[in-house]
Amino acid sequence: MEKRVFFKGWWLPALLVAPQLLISFVFFFYPSGQAIWNSLFLPDPFGLKTEFVGLDNFRFLLSDPYYLASFKTTIIFSTAVSVSSMALGLYLAALADRLIKGAGVYQTLLIWPYAIAPAIAGVLWLFMFNGNIGLASYYLKALGYEWNHTLKGDQAMFLVILASSWGRISYNFLFFLAGLQAIPKSIIEAAAIDGASFWKRFGTIVIPLLSPITFFLLVVNIVYAFFDTFGVIHTITSGGPEQSTTILVYKVFSDGFVSQDLGSSAAQSVILLVLVGILTVIQFKYIERKVHY
Amino acid sequence: MVEKKKSGYWLTHLGLILGVLFIFFPVWLTFVASTVTQDAIIYPPLPMLPGTEFFENYANALFRGSPEGYGAKVPVIKMMMNSAIMAIGITVGKIIISLLSAFAFVYFRFPFRNLCFWLIFITLMLPVEVRIVPTYEVVANLNLLNSYTGLIFPLIASATATFLFRQFFMTIPDEMVEAARMDGCSPMRFFFDILVPISKTNIAALFVILFIFGWNQYLWPLLMTTDPDMRTIVMAIDSMIPTGDDYAHWPTVMATAMLAMVPPVIVVISMQKFFVKGLLESDK
Repeated sequence: MEKRVFFKGWWLPALLVAPQLLISFVFFFYPSGQAIWNSLFLPDPFGLKTEFVGLDNFRFLLSDPYYLASFKTTIIFSTAVSVSSMALGLYLAALADRLIKGAGVYQTLLIWPYAIAPAIAGVLWLFMFNGNIGLASYYLKALGYEWNHTLKGDQAMFLVILASSWGRISYNFLFFLAGLQAIPKSIIEAAAIDGASFWKRFGTIVIPLLSPITFFLLVVNIVYAFFDTFGVIHTITSGGPEQSTTILVYKVFSDGFVSQDLGSSAAQSVILLVLVGILTVIQFKYIERKVHY
Repeated sequence: MVEKKKSGYWLTHLGLILGVLFIFFPVWLTFVASTVTQDAIIYPPLPMLPGTEFFENYANALFRGSPEGYGAKVPVIKMMMNSAIMAIGITVGKIIISLLSAFAFVYFRFPFRNLCFWLIFITLMLPVEVRIVPTYEVVANLNLLNSYTGLIFPLIASATATFLFRQFFMTIPDEMVEAARMDGCSPMRFFFDILVPISKTNIAALFVILFIFGWNQYLWPLLMTTDPDMRTIVMAIDSMIPTGDDYAHWPTVMATAMLAMVPPVIVVISMQKFFVKGLLESDK
């Protein structure tokens, strides 16, 4: 779509786009190019010179058991976070949508955690599950269950998933509620008159009509779990114990800044770049399709 | 509403209330922990009702930081100032450059317009985390470490707001420009007197989203700020919880966590209408 009417001249619009272009070049294109460039080199241990190694960094990464483990961790983590926060969001939205009065009040009560930083959510849950003083670990101990997420990898994983999903419910709730409210009530009523039960209606009408929004949310939540959960991981586990919660973005950080392994970190950035690129393309495909409906 | 069974009605409320409790519980515990003494916390279980140390703990955190022997001692009020400057800098900066470039894309025809559009558009979904190491080097080479400029500008480089404003400008009837041009209105006059005022709700919606985005930044300030006086509240809280066998002063940590949540939560609740609009539209 284009405007039929517009202003003349070219230096004014050039001036108008200049700030954004400049910032994009300095802080986006140059660093991204740099990441791709660095991924082809291997600095020597003293950082004095770098050697061109082609795709060796990638080859090394893809045969590195730690990197492959981190890949697997990321897939488990992002699937668990996306599915659990979407399921709870949909459940609460479906309940709120049944109310004639009061849906707005629940909306207010449920959406504010969106404003809580992942790192702060991490601190909150860390406090509850702290091995010495946490309320949750205290009662778990009373029930005879030993909680120590600083030593046990599966418990650490559970905790970071819990903390990451908790703050994400509000976002999914809001989108599902908007989606549910957009479904014409007449369709639901027609099905009810034909004798379809609530669950029958939910399964055959509501779920299919929600599928575009569900798909959109899936992509957005996976991107969230890939990147924005860095704060949760860093505050709760710092990737441990024994790298059991080291997701890909955390590995870029720990290899690049903590271990100073710049070639490998750059190659990891490039792989992430490609992954996000694929997700973006999928999402745009979806948006295009929605427009054609 | 199709069926009207009494039991179903109450079950609906019950389900929602359980959800609300699950959402509130960790925050309630944090609040309780921020109002009791250190002893009440280190000998579990924690009481479920607030204690008497509210003013003491918050005054301590705000103006003195953690007490002697417990990690960082930067007053939290200083960190909140840094967070506010960063969040508002990102918000205002992004809205301004986006309004300007969206205006240029929609209302002008100029050489390389499509190329420029795609260059900006590509930045849409790639978060700063992906290119974190080279971006850090750029900022270090520009001597911007430990500065507000270095905290703000790399996070402005994304096209979400540009895209949103472009979509909105497209829906404005062409008659507006025609009328303005007939009256001899210059482009910038049209921008300031017509376009910006009718974009008010969109600007407000973006303000909420971007403020939260800016306030909640973690990784970038973590790398950027080595000077304790430049720390933001969200990133600094991690340094208040020592790893290993050291103790954290939990009442201060929890008061700081509350203080880190309050400003963005207030923004969301007080601007709820714009927040919902901004969220539903900016991500689509």
